[in-house]
Amino acid sequence: MASDTLAGLDALEFGVVPPQPDLRERTARGWAVVWPKLAAIALVWVIWELIHLTGWKKFVLPGPGVTLSNLWNQAQTGLLWHAIGITVLRALVGYAIALVIGTVVGLLVARIPPLRAAVGSLITGLQTLPSAAWIPFAIILFGLNNSAILFIIVMASAPAVANAVIAGVDNIPPLLLKSGKMIGLRGVGLTWHLIMPAALPAYMAGLKQAWAFTWHALLTAELLVLVAGEPSIGQLFAADQDQTDMPSTIAVMIVILILGILVDIFFSQANRRIRDRYGLSDAR
Amino acid sequence: MTTSVITETAAVNLAGVSKVYGQGRSAVQALDQVSLSTAPGEFVCIIGASGCGKSTLLSLVAGLDKPTSGDITVNGRVAFMFQEPGLFPWLSAGGNIELALRARKVPRSERRARTLELLDSVQLGGFAAKRPHELSGGMRQRVALARALAQDADVLLMDEPFGALDAMTRDVLHDELDRVRERVGKPLTILFVTHNVREAVRLGDRVVLLSSRPGRVIKEYPVPIERPRRIDSAPVAELAGTITDRLREEVSRHGK
Repeated sequence: MASDTLAGLDALEFGVVPPQPDLRERTARGWAVVWPKLAAIALVWVIWELIHLTGWKKFVLPGPGVTLSNLWNQAQTGLLWHAIGITVLRALVGYAIALVIGTVVGLLVARIPPLRAAVGSLITGLQTLPSAAWIPFAIILFGLNNSAILFIIVMASAPAVANAVIAGVDNIPPLLLKSGKMIGLRGVGLTWHLIMPAALPAYMAGLKQAWAFTWHALLTAELLVLVAGEPSIGQLFAADQDQTDMPSTIAVMIVILILGILVDIFFSQANRRIRDRYGLSDAR
Repeated sequence: MTTSVITETAAVNLAGVSKVYGQGRSAVQALDQVSLSTAPGEFVCIIGASGCGKSTLLSLVAGLDKPTSGDITVNGRVAFMFQEPGLFPWLSAGGNIELALRARKVPRSERRARTLELLDSVQLGGFAAKRPHELSGGMRQRVALARALAQDADVLLMDEPFGALDAMTRDVLHDELDRVRERVGKPLTILFVTHNVREAVRLGDRVVLLSSRPGRVIKEYPVPIERPRRIDSAPVAELAGTITDRLREEVSRHGK
């Protein structure tokens, strides 16, 4: 009897299954996401064009038409793609190194109180240090090469990663820790099976911030650490600046903007998946 | 000499346990000289108003906290069920139970079957793949119960485990708890904390009444009512009435 009641209560819990949206509904939803973006692009275009038409700084400020055809022409040459490839590769390698170092340091600092007292505030201090401050140090230490650039990236973003881990660990609900201890998790098992997955949502948010640090540091570094024989986005900038080539400069800025948006989409997706998995998203 | 005999046969034995939080002027005495002994397989309900240190008592027995003075002996493995399920949201219902088995070093080959068995024992056999947030409050507490059982515990501590559930679900889970206890295949001692007197009488072999600030054992009530019991039956209501009167007396002492 009791078990029937229980089965009934459970069934009521799962009674209503929302119908799957059909193709038309999905198209409508997609459009609802796309049109504001298109409208924003159109608006920027119009404002830019209007500024151009007023004739303000007209010898150096190109209109959107000239700039975009410049971008199109650059995209036909191998140089732009080569530069994008090298810059993105540096970003990924530097970010990966920062991830490993930041995560390990963050976990150690979060879990070992004396270590935290010793270097906890140092990590926050390092995070606020502008990445440009590392450039002279890196050039003297490594010379004008990739190692210097990677070093600058790591110094800029590893503290952010470490802070993300520390924040993630600090925000683990005490109840989960108690539960974990009661089922007998200790030491490495506790870290692997509880601390790390429990800290993941906050960690992911921090990783996005760490990526922003990586990207900022990389472009700063590339403008100043010119590595011979390796065209990069920063190097294109430097060349455009030397030749007062404004259309090319803005074209490269647009490339950077697009790359930034793509990465942001990636992080948003990853974040959403994790939040869905953890039951942190609002019911839709 | 009697104490040592009790200690050997008791599942849980508390002898003159006190707990003080903080120091000096701001010190708060949560428990004062609490002595309590439970026989193996006994179901003891602990009730009291707010501030009686019920939860502190369980934390001490669980070893999550240390008593300021007094001795606590626990024979066997301890599992703990909290008011909130405390399930790990990144694991499915089955995964949560499997992790408890893994922490106890149950071989991988046995874990799967044992997980399904445990889920079946709380009637959630079909829900192994669901995540905690997809389940109702009552279902989550049943997963938490299955996880506690996965620890193969001799002593189960329950801190108002049904406090956040609706009345109907709670009644059904009382029946479930009786059933699970019969089926567990060894004497399972339960220390069950609640502020619901009827629930205590419905479930317990014995009800222990604690005073508030500091928590002291005022009185113990054996519950000689035959099982299966119903929370709305006359004998349960009658004993609950007697205990409630005594509890109110104790609470009103603080208003004067």
